[in-house]
Amino acid sequence: MKPRETGNATRMTRRGLILVGLQLAAVTGLGVRMRKLQVEEADTYRLLAEENRMNIRLLAPARGLVLDRNGAPLAENRQNYRIVLVREQAGDVEAALDRLSRLIPLGPERREKVLKEVRQRSAFVPVTVAEHLTWEEVARVAANAPALPGITPEVGLTRHYPQGHATAHMVGYVGPVNERELQREDDQDPLLQIPDFQIGKTGIEVRREKDLRGAAGASRIEVNALGRVMRELDRREGTPGNDMHLTLDAELQAYALQRMDGQSASTVVMDVESGEILAAASAPSFDPNAFVFGISFDNWNTLLEDPYRPLSNKSVSGAYPPGSTFKMVVALAAIEAGVVGPQETVWCPGFYQLGNRRFHCWRRGGHGHVDLEESLKSSCDVYYYDIAQRIGIDKISEMANRLGIGMRHDLPLPAITAGLTPTKAWKRATYDEAWQIGDTLNSGIGQGFMLASPLQLAVMTARIATGRAVQPQLIRAIDGSPVLPGEPAPDMGLGQAGLTMVREGMYEVVNNRRGTGYRARIADPEVKLAGKTGTSQVRIITPEERARGVFRNEDLPWNRRDHALFVCYAPFDAPRYAVATIVEHGGGGSTAAAPIARDVMMHALYGPRPPLAAYPAGEREEIERRRAEEDERLSQPPGAAPSEPGESGAGRDRA
Amino acid sequence: MTFLDQSHRQLPTGFAKFLHLNWAVILLLCTIAAAGFLMLYSVADGSWDPWARRQVIRFALGMTLMLVIALIHIRFWRAIAPLAYIGGLVLLLVVEFFGAVGMGAQRWIDLGVIQLQPSEVMKIALVMVLALYYDWLDPEKVSRPQWLVLPVILTLIPMALVLKQPDLGTAILLGAGAAVVMFMAGVSIWYFAAGIGSAIGMVAVVMQSRGTDWQILKDYQYRRIETFLDPSTDPLGAGYHITQSKIALGSGGLTGRGFMEGTQTRLNFLPEKHTDFIFTTLAEEFGFVGSVTLLGLYALVIVFTFTSAMMNRDRFGALLTAGIGATFFFFFAANMAMVIGLIPVVGVPLPLVSYGGSAMLVLLAAFGLMQSAHVHRPR
Repeated sequence: MKPRETGNATRMTRRGLILVGLQLAAVTGLGVRMRKLQVEEADTYRLLAEENRMNIRLLAPARGLVLDRNGAPLAENRQNYRIVLVREQAGDVEAALDRLSRLIPLGPERREKVLKEVRQRSAFVPVTVAEHLTWEEVARVAANAPALPGITPEVGLTRHYPQGHATAHMVGYVGPVNERELQREDDQDPLLQIPDFQIGKTGIEVRREKDLRGAAGASRIEVNALGRVMRELDRREGTPGNDMHLTLDAELQAYALQRMDGQSASTVVMDVESGEILAAASAPSFDPNAFVFGISFDNWNTLLEDPYRPLSNKSVSGAYPPGSTFKMVVALAAIEAGVVGPQETVWCPGFYQLGNRRFHCWRRGGHGHVDLEESLKSSCDVYYYDIAQRIGIDKISEMANRLGIGMRHDLPLPAITAGLTPTKAWKRATYDEAWQIGDTLNSGIGQGFMLASPLQLAVMTARIATGRAVQPQLIRAIDGSPVLPGEPAPDMGLGQAGLTMVREGMYEVVNNRRGTGYRARIADPEVKLAGKTGTSQVRIITPEERARGVFRNEDLPWNRRDHALFVCYAPFDAPRYAVATIVEHGGGGSTAAAPIARDVMMHALYGPRPPLAAYPAGEREEIERRRAEEDERLSQPPGAAPSEPGESGAGRDRA
Repeated sequence: MTFLDQSHRQLPTGFAKFLHLNWAVILLLCTIAAAGFLMLYSVADGSWDPWARRQVIRFALGMTLMLVIALIHIRFWRAIAPLAYIGGLVLLLVVEFFGAVGMGAQRWIDLGVIQLQPSEVMKIALVMVLALYYDWLDPEKVSRPQWLVLPVILTLIPMALVLKQPDLGTAILLGAGAAVVMFMAGVSIWYFAAGIGSAIGMVAVVMQSRGTDWQILKDYQYRRIETFLDPSTDPLGAGYHITQSKIALGSGGLTGRGFMEGTQTRLNFLPEKHTDFIFTTLAEEFGFVGSVTLLGLYALVIVFTFTSAMMNRDRFGALLTAGIGATFFFFFAANMAMVIGLIPVVGVPLPLVSYGGSAMLVLLAAFGLMQSAHVHRPR
């Protein structure tokens, strides 16, 4: 071997060693770096990895049920079958929707909404295409699943109102959370962020939202890099909302609504002892389930434009001049003020002269000598003009307040009206005008500024019947624990003699042959009704009209006719229920309102189909005929034409 | 060239050649490949399909190819070195005009059964032709400038073609492989100093060219460099790869999260988990212990290869072996440095572990050449 070659070999070995050294140094560098990442900073990166993969997903709790006093569901949760679409699996969304529309109905409006939402969301986020499907529709989609990539049926919970129209105003309905509700400061519940989450919109559903909603559960899920859910790591179920037991009797409520069919009317039934509201029906009503499903614009407009205002809960929101039903208040105020004695009479010539103005009694010929009992029985206006002027408006309004008028009763319902009990100060503040004696006279017969809701009239009647400050109640128990006050309502401190006189007067109204409510009597000798009719004007009868004699209701357009009212309680000897009925523009209280109130009262007392013997003899034949008709209708398949409303109902002509 | 005369007699022949293979290197390669199979099985969520099974088959094919090449005399390989180089250039030109576009670069030729990446072939062919050149060249002349012209041109042509694909990472590795052969051949250290100096200057120029008419690199390459320097600037874009890769490595800790338990891999936070970033899966599931073990195995391959080179008195065989060893080193070092965030993301797979047919076949063929040089070294 030549030395030069040896030299070259040595040089190569040297350089090889240098290279190996450099490379091992680099490898060591890599190792050091790995140690830094994997040993020194391992905790940091482990945390980051966990953050990467973990996600918290809220679980919507089951909403609390709303039940009637017998446990019948008024609002329940039903399985909601819906179809969701995942864009990344569906590919061409338009084509997927086309295929889907051959299996289930899919309107163009809905389609636009879905396409818009699909565009906004990430490709893997499921978008609801259709919901509230029937089992058959879901089954059809499921059966065609291989041909529908990215489209899957899902099941969730949705609200259902088995009583439909009957309890719509009281229970209300739920709907999806809107933008304004999301921004409410007092309700920052993360549940609201869940897509398709439903919250109360009206009625008890909204006023008891906090109780009914429950608390969110959480599911810790593992997601992949795209945010797709891989598996659930652990799960804490939400706390279901509290069940709400109402005082309502679903059956009675439904009957009351049906009894007012064709009218714009309201009936409230209250337990006179406990204040429990057994029924508070407002006609016409609407189907709350339509709102849960998402009501169409057209249907919504129809509801809004209906002059009978189906969306209004007239029982608590409607304020009407109480008319003659207010006369008990004036009578009690007079007795309490000591301005009228039991035997004292007032002469009624058919009008009351105030200066050069005449205030007319409803009976043009007058009632002659009228005492308190007679004034109620025949509803003499002049008697009340006289005593009202003697007591003054402030004392009348004070008595009205004591009896529950002019105050907002605390019920879990929205838009409860306070009604109106005017005072001198009120008129000065509101109109900047002095109170006139004429105003007092008008108030004395429940006209003028005086306004009351059916609920307030029911409260008034219950308080007169018991002499106690009964408070209306709508909730019996929340989640099983009773919320009704344990002890009876406190005595109002009204003189027993006065109360008795007023009650006797109310008894005469219904049970005296010459009483204004005689036709609404109960024939059962054990169960006697006591009540008061009312007919309140919604217009001013001009002197010309009076001269022409044109104030027959039938000759006027619907919206200018008188309101018909009737308040009553029964049984007279041991009162259990108070009923207040108002038929808007129904005409006379004795013809339009009293029969409804009586029928509802009998329903409350005897249950469905009270004994025929309890009806006045003249009505029995008619009732029997109607029951036979009803039986026939029930035996027929649904969809048959409904029967005509009650015989006393004013025709529903919309002028 | 007198060493040929004296050595041939002692050369093993026939079956005896098997006994004279560098078994240490073969064993190391098999171990590394086995680790790769395991990881491919893991990233497929515990399935031999779609990657692990095919990788095993390819590895078996590659080993066979390696042994066949190893048993053929090194003289033959020396003889076809220029052909290999010209063939490699032709392939690079073909890919330039007919290649498939993958990941935004033209790199592949689809041969039907296998997708060939000519730049892989070129790495070995370049080492071969340079080894041949310095074997032929009088060692005394290696540092003279005029004798440097040809090897530099031989290196720059394929580098330019690869750069045009564009594949900066592979181009740099090509140059680095060539440099190692030249360094081993004895080219003066000053040339390398000058080379590194001018490379730094060029980098400066390249960075300066951004946004001008004569911009040298693609925008994505600039972005990669930028996010490498500060990954937080773009955590969900280009920096995502590095960030997620580091999270995977770091969360592995000392002993790892356990086989098939790596959440970063399972949940697809890692990009290209079965190819370029497969090391992160290993690091996540087997921790620091696992990654250092693999690193050690690679280092041992280098040590044994260079030992073989330094022991080989055949100048061609020695230079070839060193060049192959260095190419292997650059391969795994670049990949690992990339996944642990030491260098920008370059498209370099982890040799023998990453899923990919052509890279593995070319690599095993290269080790076949190294084995041939080892078996047929002068005794």
